[in-house]
Amino acid sequence: MTTVAEIPGVEAVAPAPARRRYAFRVPAAVPLLFLAVAAVAAVAPGLLTGVDPLAADPLHALAGPSAEHWFGTDHLGRDVLSRVVHGAGHSLSIGAAAIGLAAGAGALLGVLAGLSPRYLDELLSRLFDVVATFPELLLALLVIAVTGPGTGNVILAIGIAQIPNYARVIRAQTFVVRRSGYVEQAVTFGLARPVLVARHVLPNVLGPLPVLATIGMGTAIIATSGLSFLGMGPQPPSPEWGSMLSEARDYLRVAWWAVLFPGLSVTLTVISLTLVGRRLQRRFEGRDR
Amino acid sequence: MSLIDIEDLRVGFPRAGVEAVRGVSLSIEAGECVAIVGESGSGKSVTARTLVGLTGPGASVTAARFTVDGRDALGFGARDWRRLRGRFAGLVLQDALTSLDPLRTVGDEIAEALATHDVVPRAARRERVIELLDAVGVPEPEVRARQYAHQLSGGLRQRALIASAIAADPPLIIADEPTTALDVTVQAQILRLLAARKATGSALLMISHDLAVVSAIADRVLVMKDGVIVEEGETGRVLARPRHDYTRLLLAAVPSAISRGTRLSTIAAGGIALRTPLPERTVDHVAPILEASGLTAVYGSRTVVDDVSFEVFPGETLGIVGESGSGKTTVARLVLGLLEPASGEVLLGGEPWSGIPERGRRTRRSRIQVISQNPLGSFDPRYTVGHLVAEPLRGASSGSGSRRGAPFGSGSRRGAPASWRKDRVAELLDRVGLPADVAGHHPRRLSGGQRQRVAIARALATRPDVLVCDEPVSALDVSIQAQVLDLLAEIQAADGTAMIFISHDLGVVHHVADRVLVMRSGQVVEDGYVDEVFFLPEHDYTRELLGAVPKPVSAGP
Amino acid sequence: MSPLTLTRRRGLAAAGWLGPAARRLGAGVAVLWAAATAAYLALMLAPGDTIDVLIGDGLDTPERRAQIIAEWGLDRSPLQQYGDYLLRLLQGDLGHSYVLQRGVGEILASQIWPTVQLALTAATFGVLLALVLALATAGRRSWLGGLVGLSELAVVSVPPFLVGILLLAVFSFTLGWFPVSGDRGFVSLVLPGLALGLQIAGVLGQVLREGLERALEEPFAVTARSRGITEWRLVAGHALRHALLPAVTLTGWFTGALLGGAIIVEAVFGRPGLGQVTVGAVNSKDLPLVMAIVLISALAYVTASTIVDLAYLAIDPRLRRSR
Repeated sequence: MTTVAEIPGVEAVAPAPARRRYAFRVPAAVPLLFLAVAAVAAVAPGLLTGVDPLAADPLHALAGPSAEHWFGTDHLGRDVLSRVVHGAGHSLSIGAAAIGLAAGAGALLGVLAGLSPRYLDELLSRLFDVVATFPELLLALLVIAVTGPGTGNVILAIGIAQIPNYARVIRAQTFVVRRSGYVEQAVTFGLARPVLVARHVLPNVLGPLPVLATIGMGTAIIATSGLSFLGMGPQPPSPEWGSMLSEARDYLRVAWWAVLFPGLSVTLTVISLTLVGRRLQRRFEGRDR
Repeated sequence: MSLIDIEDLRVGFPRAGVEAVRGVSLSIEAGECVAIVGESGSGKSVTARTLVGLTGPGASVTAARFTVDGRDALGFGARDWRRLRGRFAGLVLQDALTSLDPLRTVGDEIAEALATHDVVPRAARRERVIELLDAVGVPEPEVRARQYAHQLSGGLRQRALIASAIAADPPLIIADEPTTALDVTVQAQILRLLAARKATGSALLMISHDLAVVSAIADRVLVMKDGVIVEEGETGRVLARPRHDYTRLLLAAVPSAISRGTRLSTIAAGGIALRTPLPERTVDHVAPILEASGLTAVYGSRTVVDDVSFEVFPGETLGIVGESGSGKTTVARLVLGLLEPASGEVLLGGEPWSGIPERGRRTRRSRIQVISQNPLGSFDPRYTVGHLVAEPLRGASSGSGSRRGAPFGSGSRRGAPASWRKDRVAELLDRVGLPADVAGHHPRRLSGGQRQRVAIARALATRPDVLVCDEPVSALDVSIQAQVLDLLAEIQAADGTAMIFISHDLGVVHHVADRVLVMRSGQVVEDGYVDEVFFLPEHDYTRELLGAVPKPVSAGP
Repeated sequence: MSPLTLTRRRGLAAAGWLGPAARRLGAGVAVLWAAATAAYLALMLAPGDTIDVLIGDGLDTPERRAQIIAEWGLDRSPLQQYGDYLLRLLQGDLGHSYVLQRGVGEILASQIWPTVQLALTAATFGVLLALVLALATAGRRSWLGGLVGLSELAVVSVPPFLVGILLLAVFSFTLGWFPVSGDRGFVSLVLPGLALGLQIAGVLGQVLREGLERALEEPFAVTARSRGITEWRLVAGHALRHALLPAVTLTGWFTGALLGGAIIVEAVFGRPGLGQVTVGAVNSKDLPLVMAIVLISALAYVTASTIVDLAYLAIDPRLRRSR
C-alpha cells in the first residue's frame, strides 16, 4: 500500500502561514516576568512587602489606595497588597501541587493503558471516560464532601478531577508513538522491548507533558479560587486570592480595590501561564513537524 | 485572441521573504494544451493559481501585461476574479479526496459550480449534474451523485472533480498535478479523459513534475526552475532535442530500461547529457540469503498477502511492483519480521526468521535493514543526525549475528557515543555523500534527498546482508531520485548487499532490479528476470500496467 | 443550503445510521450505570462508618440510624446492598437527605428549574456569541481578529465568579439596570446568563475560529473558490461544518462548564437553584444529596453528548458506516 506522503514536484502554493497571528502580539518576556514576580511572592513574600497580611487595623478599614497602603485595606483594615503577595504562595502552590498530582497520576495511567493489552486498555479508558463525565467542579465538590474543606483536600479534589484529562491525552499520545515509523524502525535494530519503551516511547510520549501542565496550572488556579470562593479552600484568615474575593464581594460598593487587586492577580497569573504554555506548545509542535 | 496572455509575471510572498515566480511570460490560445513542468519549488503551481487570482493571502503579484479572456486582469477586484473562476477557467487539483469537500456529496459539489454561475435553471441542475458525471465516465451517475468523496475510488473521485471543474463549461481547464496521487492504470484513464476534453475544443494548462505524463497530451511544454522558465517549445522538440542543460538533466534522470547499468545523475556537457556506467555488481548464486515460501498475511477477514514465494541471492536486487493495495508493503513487513505470516515461512541466511520468538530474531536483526518512503517519520523526532546513524550501533545487543566481526554493541554505553562510534558515523555519512558536520543537525533542517541519505547511512551502519527498500524514492524529485538510486547502486556493488526494492514505478524497477515480482491483490501474478517480464509480459495485468505507463518521446542518451 | 437535495431521501438504516446510533445510546446507558456505581463506591470508601457518613451533619438519633439501615439495606450483604441501590435508582428513587430530612428527589425537583433556565440562557448566549465572533473574524488578519482573540483569552482566564462580580459592579451597582440578586423573572437571568455564557463563548469561539481558519486552508476550499463562489458562501456552505466537528470533543467540557459554572454563578448572584443546594450539601456533608447531584449531572452529560453525537452523524458522513 503506497501512501504517498510527500509527492515530488508538488509545492505548497503559499508558504504555510503561522498557526495564529495576533495583531497584538504580547512579547514573550511579559508573561515570564509576571510569573517570575509571582514566584518570588510565593517563595519569599517578605522580599516584596514588610507588612503582616493578618494584622488587622479596624480604624483604617476599607481605606482606598494610598502611599501607605498601595492597594488599600480590606474590611478588617488588613493591607491588601500584603495579602495579595502572601496569597500567591497559597494559590500557586495549590495549583502546582494539584497539577503535579493530576499530571503524574494521569501520565502513569495513560502510559499504562497505552502499552497494555487491549482488554486492559479498554477497561482503563472506559474508566477515564466515566470519570471525565463528571464536571470537574462537581467531582472536586464530591471529594470535599467526603474529606471536608482545607488546603490539602482542595489539592486532592482538583488533582483527582483533572486526572482523566491527562490520562486520555497521554494514552492517545502513547498510541501515536507506538505506531510511529521510528518505533517500528527501532524494532529492526533489535532493541529489546523495555529498551524500546524507555528510549523511544516514553520520551516522546512524556515530552509534551510540561507544556500541558503549564496550561493546566492556569485551569487549576481558577478552580482553586472557585472552591475558595465557595468557602471550601484554605480557611480564613489565610490570604488566598479566591477567599479574599469572596470576602471583598460584600464590600464591592465601597471598596473596589479589595476586589480588583486579587482579581487581577488571578487573571494575570492564568493569562501568563496560558501564554507561556502556548508558546512552549508552538515550539514543541514545530519540532515535531 | 489568446485566453491568457501574460508578460513578466512576478509573484512574491513578502512576509515569508520568498519570490516564487520571477518573470514568467505565458500565453494560452483557445483549444491549446500547454504544460508547465518543474520540480518542487519551481513556482509552477503558484503560476497556475495566479491565473485565476488564487495565489493566496499575502502574495504580491506584478506583471508587465496580464490579460485574461481579453481583459486586463491587473486591475481586477475580488468580484471580477469570482466571475471568471469556474466560468472562464476550471481548476483541477491533485487529490480529489481533499479537493472535494468531504462533508458534501459529489453531486452537491458539482451543483455548486452550476448554481454560482446560473448555468442552468435551478430545476434542471440535478439532471445536469448527472449528465456531467456521465460525460466524465462515471458509471451509475445517479447513485454516485448522492455519494461522498470518500465512498468513491481514486479514479472516480478524480473524474468527479473534473466534472465540477467543467460544470460551467469553461474554455480553459487548469489541472495542477491531476494524476500524481493515482495508480498508473488510473492515471492513464484520467489522461485520456483530459485529452478527450481537449478534443472538444477546450484549452488545457497542465502542471506536472513528470515530463512523460504531459508528453502525450501537451502541444507546448514550458520547463520551469526556481521561478523562471528555462526552456519552452513544442513538446516533441523539447523532449527530443532539449536546448537547456536543466531539461537534459531532467530527461536523463528518468530511470528506464535504457538507463540500466548507468548512472542517472549525469553531467550535461556540450549539448548532450553523458551517462557514465555504474560499477560492476556480482550476484552470488550459490545460496540465497533470504527465502520466502508460501507467505500469507491476513488482516481481519481480508487476505492481504496470498501465497507469495521468492528468494534473494547476495548482491542481487529483487524488484516488487504493484499498485496501491497490492500487498507489497505487507511483504516488506513480513520479510523484516515485523509481522508474523499467517502461513508460510521466511529463512534468513538459511535459518528460520519467521515463526520464532522475537528474542530469537533480535541478535540477527542487524543483518536485515529497511529504508522507507518517508525517512522523517522513521526518525525519532528528538534525535540529531549523528544520534540517528549511531543508534543501530549501540542498539545491537550482542555482536554474534554480524558476520564481519565489527565490535557492535560490546560497549553499548548510553549517552555520548563512544569515539569509535563517532568515527563510524562520520565514515557512514561520508559514504552517503553527506558532510561530517551534518551529524550535529536535526533532520528537519535537511532536504528530502539528504534525509533519505541519512536513512541509508543508518541502514548501512550494521553492514546488513539484506536491504529492504520500500518506495525509497517515491517522495523525491526526479533529479534527487537519480542521485539516491545511483548511491544505492554504488553501495550495493561495493558491499554485495542483497536488495528487495519495492516500488509502484515500473521505470525505477526496470532500472534497478535483476528479477521482479508483479503483485496484484496480494498475489504474485508474474515473476522472472526484469527484461523478460517487462519486454515479454505473459500476464494480462502486467501488460495492462506496462501499457499504462506514459511513454515520453525518446529522449536519446 | 444545498442547492441539490439528492441526499437524504432514504431510510436511516440504508444511510448507515442505525448501527452507530444504537452504539452511542448503549454507551450512554453504560456511562450512567458506571456513574451510579462510582458514586456508590465513593460512599463505601469514604473514611468512617457508612452510617455516620450518610448522616453527615444531620441529627444523630437511634431512630435515624434504624431508618438508614433499613433504607440502604446495610444489614444485608454488600452485593445485595448494591443491587437494592441500583433497583431504587431505576425506580427513580434518589433516597433521603438525613440533614434536610426530606426526600432527595423532592429537593432537586423544587430547585432544578432555575438552574435549567440559567444553563439554557447561558448556552444560547455563549454559542451565539462564539458563532458571531468566529464568523466575523475567521481568516481575516485584521486588528479586530487580534482583539477578539485576546479578549477570548482574557475571558477564559478570569475566574467565573469574578466575571459575575464585575458585571454586578457595572450593571447593577453603577448603572442599576438589573437586580442585584434573587430570582425575579427574566431580568434577573440576564447578568448570570451573561457571566456564565461569556466563559463558554471564550472557549468555543477559539475552537470555532481555529477550525474555520484550518478549513479555509484546505484544498477543498481552493477548489470551491475556483468555482467562483463568494467568501461568505465558502464559510457558510463549507468551512462552518468542518469547524463544528472539533467541538464534539468539547461536549463534556460544555456540560461541565454549564453545571460547574452554574454552582458558582448562583452563589455570586444569590440565585436559588441546584448550585445553592450543592454548596449547602457539601458544607453539611449531606452525602445522599451530593450523590444524587452527581447522578443528575451524569444524566445531563449523557443526554447532551448523545444528542451532539447524533448531530455529528448528520454532519459528517464519514462517521456513518460506509456501504
